[in-house]
Amino acid sequence: MVGGRDALTRLRRLYLPLAVFLVLMLFPFYWMLITSIKPNRELYNARIMPLIVYQPTLKHYVDLLTQTNFLTWTYNTMLVAVVTTLISVVLGTMMAYPLARMRFPGAAVVAIGVAATYLVPQPLLFIPMADIINRLELGNTLTAVMLTYPTLLIPFSAWLLMGYFKSVPRELEEAARIDGASRWQAMTRIVLPLCTPGLLSAGIFSFTLAQNEFLYALIFLAKSDVRTVPVGAITELIRGDVFYWGQLMAAALLGSIPVAVIYSFFVEYYVAGLTAGSVKH
Amino acid sequence: MSVRPATLARPAPVAGRPFTLRRLLEREGFFSWLMLSPGVLFLLAFVAYPFFYGIFLSLQDRRVASTGVFVGLANFVTLAHDAVFWQVTRNTFFYVVVTTVFKLVGGLGMALVMNQSFRGRNLTRAFLLLPFIVPTALSTVAWMWILDPTFSVVNWLLVHAGVISSGYSFLGNATLAMWSLVVVNTWRGMPFYGITLLAGLQTISPELYEAAAIDGATTTQRFLYVTLPVIKPVLIIVTMFSVIFTFGDFQLIYALTHGGPANATHVFSTWAFDIGMSAGQLGMGAAVALAILPALAVLIVALTLYLRRE
Repeated sequence: MVGGRDALTRLRRLYLPLAVFLVLMLFPFYWMLITSIKPNRELYNARIMPLIVYQPTLKHYVDLLTQTNFLTWTYNTMLVAVVTTLISVVLGTMMAYPLARMRFPGAAVVAIGVAATYLVPQPLLFIPMADIINRLELGNTLTAVMLTYPTLLIPFSAWLLMGYFKSVPRELEEAARIDGASRWQAMTRIVLPLCTPGLLSAGIFSFTLAQNEFLYALIFLAKSDVRTVPVGAITELIRGDVFYWGQLMAAALLGSIPVAVIYSFFVEYYVAGLTAGSVKH
Repeated sequence: MSVRPATLARPAPVAGRPFTLRRLLEREGFFSWLMLSPGVLFLLAFVAYPFFYGIFLSLQDRRVASTGVFVGLANFVTLAHDAVFWQVTRNTFFYVVVTTVFKLVGGLGMALVMNQSFRGRNLTRAFLLLPFIVPTALSTVAWMWILDPTFSVVNWLLVHAGVISSGYSFLGNATLAMWSLVVVNTWRGMPFYGITLLAGLQTISPELYEAAAIDGATTTQRFLYVTLPVIKPVLIIVTMFSVIFTFGDFQLIYALTHGGPANATHVFSTWAFDIGMSAGQLGMGAAVALAILPALAVLIVALTLYLRRE
């Protein structure tokens, strides 16, 4: 084979399609970034070339941070995400462990129940849930979303972790039990440490899903100072028909950064979590 | 549960030995149910109860801050005679089916391209997944601006490339608005297909391809007879998961078009929101939401059975 033809094949089969995918997937983020640093006179001028910035400015960021509740929303989002992740991973672990490693009456029913609750979509539940939250007088409190997000995340974490728990050889646990370890000790000292990657996957996934949640937050959080970033941005930076595009994009970008940073550190665990349901069996 | 005999292995406590909590915890059944109970109770209270309460609500004429009146199936009868309901049904199925085909084909393409060795592959994979991990409401905001009637960059490109003479109003036109939703949903969901299918492709051993090559199989034949059969289970599971979640999609549509123009892009979730939350008709809203249940139930049961069989 001639080297030139090889390179051409590789260009056609790899680099060209790869470039197309990358441009399509990343263009909206580029658009967010440049819109957020364009001055209004460039944003709202249809005559000039829009793909680049001529005179970048941080005005939209300053306005966002000083004139809106963005920092409060960020704090709310992080608080809710951390609390719900902890609840979900702990309860998910407690459910997955016996389901994966023990035999007891009712196991099959619970396992099917977990799978079914994971798949029941939110739109089926949000109207009755709104009524329930109202009756509990939890409207406009972060408690409302901290109680409802785990309904999405516990079944997911349990499902994911069951796969990891099943993969730990039974002999390891039995050896510990013969040495006098209780069931609890066998779990916390033998199985859980071996499943750290699984716990990380469940945690990262729960965290990103909690940051992404929109419907419950939209319904339960109607006051500005309890809102999360996605709901705050959609409901308050779009006022009537007036759009604050620069601020909106700044909010979208800043609001995406926590997820993106966490994700960049744990991308392997995230991908493992993503594929666990579909590949690992 | 403590009174049931332990099912396996552990002998029953010898008579006369003190009956302690520690010993009780050694029983598989007791330990299991003790561990399970917080999660099970939580899911019963916040998933099972709202689910059945939703069915109960759908049988009532119930408005916010008033007591409900039992009306039987009247809400469903009203819906069946409502032209908007059938439009919403068509919209929902169109949205789910078209996006699923796009995501599947695009995702498979992405996976096949990514399944070659090149430098920086992990980094590329991380970047390609970004649309899927970034909060949807926030990335949709960027799309709103990309599709803005006056300042759309797509229009700018098309006009300057000489394709069209004046810009489209992407979100103001019924057909274009629906296709805009399809594009944004595909953009967000394709990486999920791509990366999971890539993981499936990587389980194929190179020997299989070598054997096929020795037998004189063409690239197409290798794809059809080696690749496809191996990744079929992954393909099915990913697609079913994705279909179920696309049926339940809310925030993308709510943020981008809000169901408009004139109900052209309303799906079950956004229409149920408008009726149940914005208009405060909880009973009717619950009925709308439940209307997706038959289609979903089939999918959920099929997927649950498939996952258990695997």
